[in-house]
Amino acid sequence: MVFPSTRPTERSRISARITGWQTTCAALLLALAFARPAAAEEASPKPAPIPIPSTQPASVNVQILYVKENVSKELPLSLLDQPNPDDGIAGAKLGIADNNTTGRFLNQTFKMDVLEGDIDELIKGATEKLASGDNFIIADVAPDSLLKLADALKDKPAQIFNVGNPDDSVREENCRPNVMHTAPTRTMLADALAQYLVWKKWPNWLLVVGPSPKDQLLADAYRRAAKKFGAKIVEERQFKIDTGNRRADGGFEQIQQQIPQFMQGAKDHDIVLVVDEDQVFADYFPYRTWVPRPIAGSAGLVASSWHPALELWGGTQFQNRFKKLTGRIMRPIDYDAWVATRAIGEATSRKQTSDFKTLRDFMHSPNFDVAAFKGVATSFRSWNGQLREPLIVSTPKQLVSVSPQPGFLHQFSVLDTLGLDKPETKCKAYTQ
Amino acid sequence: MPRISQAWPAVAAALLASCYATSASAYTAYVTNEKDNSLSVIDTDKLEVIKTVKIGQRPRGIVMSNDGKWIIVCTSDDNDVKVYDAKTLEFVKTLPSGPDPELLTLHPDGKRLYIANEDDNLVTVVDIETSKVLTEIPVGVEPEGMGMSPDGKVLVNTSETTNMAHFIDTQNHKTFDNVLVDSRPRVAMFNSAQTQLWVSSEVGGTVAVINPADRKIITKINFEIPGVEKEAIQPVGIRITQDGKFAFIALGPANRVAVVDTSTFKVLKYILVGQRVWQMYFTPDGKLLFTTNGASNDVSVIDVASQKAIKSIKVGRYPWGVVVSPN
Repeated sequence: MVFPSTRPTERSRISARITGWQTTCAALLLALAFARPAAAEEASPKPAPIPIPSTQPASVNVQILYVKENVSKELPLSLLDQPNPDDGIAGAKLGIADNNTTGRFLNQTFKMDVLEGDIDELIKGATEKLASGDNFIIADVAPDSLLKLADALKDKPAQIFNVGNPDDSVREENCRPNVMHTAPTRTMLADALAQYLVWKKWPNWLLVVGPSPKDQLLADAYRRAAKKFGAKIVEERQFKIDTGNRRADGGFEQIQQQIPQFMQGAKDHDIVLVVDEDQVFADYFPYRTWVPRPIAGSAGLVASSWHPALELWGGTQFQNRFKKLTGRIMRPIDYDAWVATRAIGEATSRKQTSDFKTLRDFMHSPNFDVAAFKGVATSFRSWNGQLREPLIVSTPKQLVSVSPQPGFLHQFSVLDTLGLDKPETKCKAYTQ
Repeated sequence: MPRISQAWPAVAAALLASCYATSASAYTAYVTNEKDNSLSVIDTDKLEVIKTVKIGQRPRGIVMSNDGKWIIVCTSDDNDVKVYDAKTLEFVKTLPSGPDPELLTLHPDGKRLYIANEDDNLVTVVDIETSKVLTEIPVGVEPEGMGMSPDGKVLVNTSETTNMAHFIDTQNHKTFDNVLVDSRPRVAMFNSAQTQLWVSSEVGGTVAVINPADRKIITKINFEIPGVEKEAIQPVGIRITQDGKFAFIALGPANRVAVVDTSTFKVLKYILVGQRVWQMYFTPDGKLLFTTNGASNDVSVIDVASQKAIKSIKVGRYPWGVVVSPN
């Protein structure tokens, strides 16, 4: 270390600094005199001048189609969870706005069409829109409909993004090479929650499974997660009580009696995992169990791709932009649709083209990633096109943690500790 | 994680006794504590906090007026910028900023303050004497980093979601070029000769070095630290020594500051500091570098000549920005 042996006075320190600055100024002026003789007369120091150009990049236009299937399903229990007509669409709209803000500097524009209807109408509409340049299709449709849509467009220049369902099968045995998925899978969501519970050392789970086929698939994901991370399902109970209409004057009087009765006599457990994907009964469980135990899964502590109160990693601005655009809070499907739209925008700004094949190939390549308010880059898994992302573990009002949890390791990316990994994949069509 | 240990105060004290107390750095460092709504004031000679004062809500970016009279702080949750007297720490006035200001930079003319407004995709230009908004410059999504060229002619703003460094002409306040960099660019910093512009990409994990003359990327610097997962390497703060030889890069949750040779672009060293290191500032004599370590509530002091962390100073919760007085 080089430090002066005696401490100089205040005055001498200041003068030393002034001298230093003058030396710098002189050097800069000298440099300038050589670089730009014409400007040498100017008094202010001008190191290495920055020329200002006037060229503009060639214009690029990218068109996106959002298709939303009309489905009739039982409404969720809570008034807070009722569907909005623009769920998902609003997220894509924000993505378009963000892409256009970026595009302004690159002479790029992004447009989106929206189609709603049954799957046959959507396929017909998508085929027409594709002919007029809507090569990127964001789909909020059921798993079967997704496969129908993918097959109908399979020889055409179309890239579909699934935002509508968490079905593992459409990423695995039924995967299609023209579909990427920004919605997390059931196995990813179950793994995210399971890692947290294991990290908490709450390994004994009581599983309460709803009656729908979706609930059976989600229960499978929890069983798999328990095995994968070393937790134990001590008991399973099938919840078959007819929930009836979600709303009636009263109702709680009976629920308050029914739930403890249903939960009576269970084997000792740390936590109750309620499996109810459509959220038609899970919210009956918190604070109504026979023994006092926390609830997780479809109520209580929940794993998701997004939370409306998330403010980490610059999330505040993102939430504010969404609220300003839509007047409501952002739901996971809005986030998933935003990520799909941003992925298209990110590929376009990097490649500076609207050429479909260039953009498609880039998004599928290992070099592609997109920053999506998750602290680390998100990207697509090469073996099935699934978005690789951290997931949020939260209560209804606040984030509790972010998975993957510390200590869960992976040879390539810790994000691949969530969901089905490359060695397990059943997707063949994707890599061919 | 082997952070600066409990034994450090003793070691540091010994170091100080041997050489440091005789150094020339009686400056004042000001650190904003994001979570505590406070400002920690550090004597750079004693290397200890001499005062902590409450300021506005969620203080983040901080600069000093060119004459050293004022400190100017983005109080993000108050949606304004506050001016304090650097000596007395008394509140002077509020500057208009637009919502949620985060980072700012002052023009060499000492008057024009450039503020990044993340919520509005704007850079707001304010005259700090008259407190008037001079103009607003539309930029990309979530403007953040603000790098002023040493000659004051060009401002570079980075936008976190657009992933660009926007080059802005400070005479007409128009954007004249945009350079794509890796994901989530956080900080832009010119070297004093104005031959290099360094831009850190937090999520991309790289630092781009751009030639300001033609806006081409000269090189992209990658970081590799044994035992630290790739995702944790998130470059944010950049400081370049006055002689232009070394760049110090704060690597966020990798808990290290990288030292890079600015001619070979090789990483020479990783200095272990506190947790989630973001912003940094040199003492005016260039001897010390202060780093804010958000997750460990402390400031690390790096001896620039030896490229070693010599002390960790406990400050408030989630220290964010830091500035050191010119005198």
